[in-house]
Order: sequence, then C-alpha cells, then structure tokens
Amino acid sequence: MGNLIKNFFIALRQIFIGNRTYYLWVAFLSFFILLGLSAYIDQLHRGLITTAMRDQVSWGLYISNFTFLVGVAAAAVLLVVPAYLYNFKPIKEIVLFGELLAVTAITMCILFILVDMGQPMRVWHILPFIGAMHFPASLLAWDVVVLNGYLFINAIIAFYVLYRLSIGKEYSMSVIGPLIILSIPWAVSIHTVTAFLYNGLSARPFWNASILAPRFLASAFCSGPAIMLILFQIIRNRSEVEIDNRAIFKIAELIAYAMGINLFLLGAEVFKEFYSGSIHSYPITYLYFGLHGKTSLVPWMWAATLFNITAFFFFLFPKTRENFTTLNLGCLFIIMGVYIEKGMGLVVPGFVPDTLGEIYEYSPTTSEILVTMGIWATGALLYTLLLKFAIPIYTGKLRFETKGRAGMRMSTN
Amino acid sequence: MKKVNKTRAGIQLDRRTFLKGAALGLAGTALPLNKADASFWEAFFQKHFQELNETEIKSVLQRLEKEYEQKYKKAITVGNEKPLPGVLFGYGLDLSRCIGCRRCVYACVDENNQSKDPQIHWITVLRFKKGEKWVDLEESEKYYNPSLVPESEYFYMPVQCQQCENPPCVRACPTQATWKEPDGIVVVDYNWCIGCRYCMAACPYGARHFNWTEPSRSPDEINPMTHYLGNRPRYKGVVEKCTFCIQRTRNGRYPACVEACPVGARKFGNLLDPNSEIRYAIEHKRVFRLKEDLNTLPKFYYFFAYGV
Amino acid sequence: MDRKKTGWVLFFAACVTIVISSSVTIAEEQEIPKKFLVPPPPFSPGIFPCSQCHQGMPVDRTPRKLEQMHQDIVLKHMPGGWCFDCHNPNNRDKLRLANGKLVSFEESYNLCGQCHGTILREWKAGLHGKRTGMWNGEKQYRLCVHCHWPHDPRFKPIKPLPPPVRPTDIK
Repeated sequence: MGNLIKNFFIALRQIFIGNRTYYLWVAFLSFFILLGLSAYIDQLHRGLITTAMRDQVSWGLYISNFTFLVGVAAAAVLLVVPAYLYNFKPIKEIVLFGELLAVTAITMCILFILVDMGQPMRVWHILPFIGAMHFPASLLAWDVVVLNGYLFINAIIAFYVLYRLSIGKEYSMSVIGPLIILSIPWAVSIHTVTAFLYNGLSARPFWNASILAPRFLASAFCSGPAIMLILFQIIRNRSEVEIDNRAIFKIAELIAYAMGINLFLLGAEVFKEFYSGSIHSYPITYLYFGLHGKTSLVPWMWAATLFNITAFFFFLFPKTRENFTTLNLGCLFIIMGVYIEKGMGLVVPGFVPDTLGEIYEYSPTTSEILVTMGIWATGALLYTLLLKFAIPIYTGKLRFETKGRAGMRMSTN
Repeated sequence: MKKVNKTRAGIQLDRRTFLKGAALGLAGTALPLNKADASFWEAFFQKHFQELNETEIKSVLQRLEKEYEQKYKKAITVGNEKPLPGVLFGYGLDLSRCIGCRRCVYACVDENNQSKDPQIHWITVLRFKKGEKWVDLEESEKYYNPSLVPESEYFYMPVQCQQCENPPCVRACPTQATWKEPDGIVVVDYNWCIGCRYCMAACPYGARHFNWTEPSRSPDEINPMTHYLGNRPRYKGVVEKCTFCIQRTRNGRYPACVEACPVGARKFGNLLDPNSEIRYAIEHKRVFRLKEDLNTLPKFYYFFAYGV
Repeated sequence: MDRKKTGWVLFFAACVTIVISSSVTIAEEQEIPKKFLVPPPPFSPGIFPCSQCHQGMPVDRTPRKLEQMHQDIVLKHMPGGWCFDCHNPNNRDKLRLANGKLVSFEESYNLCGQCHGTILREWKAGLHGKRTGMWNGEKQYRLCVHCHWPHDPRFKPIKPLPPPVRPTDIK
C-alpha cells in the first residue's frame, strides 16, 4: 500500500517535468484560470447579477457549456464500442485517451454547474440522505446521479488500466469488463437524462419535444469525437504515442453518420415548427429569422447550420475525410456548429419568448465569458496533466517496480 | 542534464506555486471564515424544513429573528403558522373589472418585503389589445405606461403564482426546497434553495423570481410580520414567489393584493367551503385558468363577472 | 271507514300547509334577510341628517336644475331621471324604493339593487366589490356608494403605478 502511494506521487511528479512549450502552455492556461477565478469571486460577492441572466432568461452561457460538455463526455462511448465490442485494434489502443477526456469533460460539467448556482455553499442539499435529493421526481437529481456515476466509472477504468500498465502488466478484462460494458448504456444515459431535464418541462414548448433526446445524442456523437480527433493529432505530434490513421478515419466516418442523423433531426424539427406554424414555432422563428425585430441570434444560427452541413460532406466522402486539412477543418466546423447549437440554439430559445410572451435578448457579459474561459482552461489543464503521466505510462517510459523492490526505473531514451 | 532540468523546474514551480497560492488566497477571502459567530454555521447545517421537529423549528425562527434584527435594526417576527385544517385556498380574478392600475403589484411588494433594487415584482399585469387577439400571451405587454387606466382599446390581466395543484416547479426542484403545503400554497424554503433555477424554467407562468444579487429594502420599509415560508427577507441567490400572503391568510386575513384592488377584481377564499365567494365564482361564472392544456391545475381562476 | 278517511285528509292538509308555509318562509328569507357589516355611508361632513335643513321646507317636485343648494351635483346616472327618483321628498333622511318603501342610507344597496339586481345578488354572495376583513370570518362589506358615487357612478380612469423595470436595466 505504501508503495502504491509512493508510486502515485512519483507519477504525479511527471507533471512538473516538461519542455518549454509545456510550461508556456501551462502558463497560458493558468492565466485564463486566474482571470476566470477573479471573475468568479466577483460573482460570488455580488451574485449572479454579474451575468446577463435575468428572470426572463434564467439559464445562459454556463448551462449551455454544461450541456455541450455532457455531450462530449458521452461521446467517449463512440470509442468504447468499436474498441471493446468490435475489437477494432486501432481504436482499442486509444480508448484510454477518450476515457480521460470523459473524466475531464464531466469535471468541467460539474464546475459549470457550481458556478451557475445561486448558493454554491448549499450544494450538499442535493445529496441523498445528508441532503434532500428529489429522486426520482427531479431530472436534475437524476443528472447528479448519472454524471457522478459516469465520472466514477471512467475514472476507475482509466486509472486501473494505467495502474496495470505502470507495473508492466496487462489489465484484466474480468475486472473492468463489466464496467466497460456498463459505461456504454451509461454514456447514452447521461446525455439522455440531460436532454430529459429540458424535455420534461411542459412550460417551454421549444424543449418539450420528443426529438430533443435523439438530437442531443446525435450532436454529441459529432462534437465529442471531433474534439478527440484534434486532441489525438496533437498527442501523436507531441509524444511517442502512435495513433493509427485508420483509427482517425474510422472515427471521422462515425462522425459523418452521427452528423447525418443530426441534420435529419434538424430537418424534422424545422418541418414540424414551420409547417404547423403554431405559436410554439416562435422560438425557432426567433433563431433563424428573428422575432419582432429581435435578430441577434440569426447570423449565429445560419453559420452553425452551414458549418454542420459542410462538415457533414467533408466527413462523408473518403476523399475529404482522409485529407487532414479538410478533416481538421471539418472538426473545427463541427465543434463550432454544435457548440452554437447546444448553446444559443437550445438554451436561449427555450426562454425566448418567455412564458408571458416577453423577448429578452440574452448576450453574455464579460464576467460570464471570463468564468467560462476559466473553466475551459481548467479542463484543458486537467487533461494536459492527466496525459502528462498517462502518456509515459502508456508508452512504457514510466514503469514502477512492484512489491519487493522499491524505486523507479525510468528508461533513458 | 536531469539535475539542470530539476532546478529549472524548481524555480518555475515556486513562482507558479506562489501565483496559484495567491489565487487560492483570493478565493479564500470569498469564504465566510470571518463569520465566526455560530449563527452562520447553524444556518449552513440547518436540515430540510420538513425534517425539523418543533423545538428545532423554534430555534431556527429565533436565530432568524436575531439575524434580521441585526441586519435591519428593527424587531422582526418570523412565524410558522401551520396550515388551517379543511382549507384549500383558491383565488379568483375578475377580468371584466381589472383596470391595470398595478396597485396590487405594489401592495404586494410592500407586504412581502420584496427587493426594491434590483426590483422584484411577484405580480405582473399584462395588457392585451381588444379585438385583435384574445388572451394571447405572445402579444401581451407588461411595460405599458399610459397616463390613465383603463384605456378603452385594451384589457388587463394580472398574473402571479397560480399555486398549481400539480405544480411543475415542485417536480423539478432537485433539493425539495419548494413544495406544496396541505392548504395548497406552494412554498419555498429560502434557507434550503441552492439557486439552480430549474423551477424557474419549469414554471409556465413566469411566476418565480430570482435574487440575482443581495435584495435591498430599507429598514423602515420592512414589514415586520413575517412567515418563515413567506415574506421574511430573502437572500441573494434564492428563488421567491407569491405565497398567497401566507402570513396573512393563515391568520384569516385576505392577501394584500385582494385588499388593495380598488375595483374589487380580486377574490379569495377556501375552495372547500361551499359558501365562500371563490366557490360562488367558480360555480356561477364562466371560469378559466391559464394554460390549462399543461394540466398544472392552477388554483387561480379567471372569470368575467359581468353577465350571468 | 269515515274516520280513517278524515284522518288521511287532515294529514295531507297538514302536510300541504307545512310545505307551503315553509316555502313561503324560505322565500321570505331570500329577500332582505340580514344586515351586512358595512362602514357608515360616506356623507360629506355636516350634510346628514338632511332634515336639519329640509324639515319644514316646502317640497318642489318639478324636475329642474338646482340653483340654490346641491348645484354641484350633476346627475350622470339613469338618463332622464332626477333627485326624487331615489330621494324621498317627504323625509330626506331616508331613500325611497320604487314601490314606495323607505330604506335608510345604511341600507342603500337595496335601492341600487332595484335596477342592478344581478350586482346586488353578487354583492351579497361576496363576489362584487372590494374585499377586506377575514376570509373565514367577518368579511368587511362596503356600501355601493363607498366606491360608486351615486350621482356619477362610473369609475374615472386613474393614473397607473409605474411599470416594472426592464431586465436590460437591471445591473
């Protein structure tokens, strides 16, 4: 046990060993983290009035980011399924990085929820037994359960695999097999529950549509893997981890199908709203054409849709899919497109027009943006630090001695 | 080689550690560690209101009265009148009479200690143009400000918490900080609410309001007769809404808005009492409720008294 | 046989008498049963009792524009009507119903209710008019005239209180 702790701290020290680029990157992220922290402290003192949220639009940038990141976390399953169910070797080699991304994404989700709360010190009220968790009636309570469960599952799997690798052994499927199998429907469930928390509100007709959960999953399976593709290329570039091109192209192909479904579902929504033309179509009218002269979201929505359609075609055709320029462009388009869709295209129109017909155009304040950037920087830093000791273990550079002989052996190439 | 690396790492580590420590220290100032008094930590560890026994409730009320006295330099009572047996409150609003004067809005603000800055109103009066659309909330206006009301081409409809029998906000709350009392009033425990605002998204009537910052009301404007679940002064970061003046109605009095209305458009009473005026209204008038298709079963009934 | 028949006839007669008389009593109960808890009528100071001036004054039943006293009262109620449609010429301290019955100013709602019967019915049920008092106890009623000046009862438009602050103005 003592060895375990010692080895853990030795692994942790990897964080402090790096080249100049690494330190610049960490400094860069720390800068934004500090900015975000100072903005958040101001928000703690003055209250959420530092944001642009008001009674009419009571959720904004923070919850948009939360929704987007739950999708990113859920998308780890897009790696798990080919890796473990289909034993597709190129992806099996990199599924660990997807799981670490899931851990990071869930952590960022939790941070976004914490900064959005009016009374963050009271967060313990949401726990069962000590608090008064309103399970199963409240979808937010479900979200707390499934998100923390997912974090737990992925953390266990990732750290178990890393631990076994670090002592030079193979990981045992009988240990993590059940967890991996569990993580597949669990990943689907985290985003379904997040969709349901919007879906269940009859007060907001834009959200109260059965299409929400399928659309969430489809867009999650585009955006998460798109982020992963970019990260994998960076990992491949900056370390000795070998990632087969086939893994990347396979993921891109899966993204194409997910985006196809996403676009189809968008088309279905557009048809239903504009063809039936009831009062309930006002939110989507507001998004794409403006309502009563309020048009601030219109250019964003058209840009997002254009990005998504372009990216779909890039990934659909092998020629553009296997060309790294168009591939990366496609990834960027998807990330931006889905981010806008899940943020401005989902959260804001739920509140516009509000329940009494008022239109309040929400546009985040600098304080909100700084806190958001701070949390993204925290996530980036967390992922960087996780990789900092995961990669050496993965590539075999870092190995621990098992019980018997203490100390660390590090190969010197 | 390694040694040099380590030293370089050592130097930069120190600077970085310092910066991070400073940041944490700054963050630390946000924590109420200077609140050495027991009252803060008592408040922090307070259990859910429905789990407290009578003695615990008493001590909570005493603590709150002390806190309010310290803050407002004025004796404020926080009561906990229980629901009266055999009572289910109902509200009636006569649309044929409302003139949109907003006296109910401001009577409510004064009775229920709502924040003046930022301004919080529990009642919203909507104005609709006659002849164009009927009660179409999408075309309503709440910022109307003519010199005199009523205006001949418009009619008015006030909206506040409908105290639904099937409240979507109660379902949504993840911490059970809001619930429906036996006499039908949907209440919020301001010491349990975590400020997630899910209930505000869930409410179809825009009835719930959030304290985006510390609510401010000058001490001489504070109404000192308060109820724990009603009009006691609230905190930053919690949700509040109309409670049918729980501090008045559980003592047999009418809500402040009912008494303020100069044209008698507001009716209130016990739905379970066949002789109450609210029952008379429901049984004799053409009554409707807002957004009935959502099946929230509001206890706020709109009707037109002119005509039988 | 005869005694039995007589017995039954008497029995039925008694039933009919009881039913009719009780229904009459019930009908009577629906007329003007109880006094409503109302504040005193809102007289201008010193104007009541009217008899302090009108005692002994000759009665002029000609509908005309008043010049010497009460000239500020311009009747904008009941087109074609004038003072003595409601006021009692012989005893100004009372009001007079259409059937000649006199009512006091404290029960003037019975006068208004002659034309505004549905409103009176609702007022008695508690549905018409401003509500104060105790919802489960003594409800405070008001006379019609407390809100509606009988000579010009239509409500005048009033200045509304300020609109709410827009969310964009909350900083």
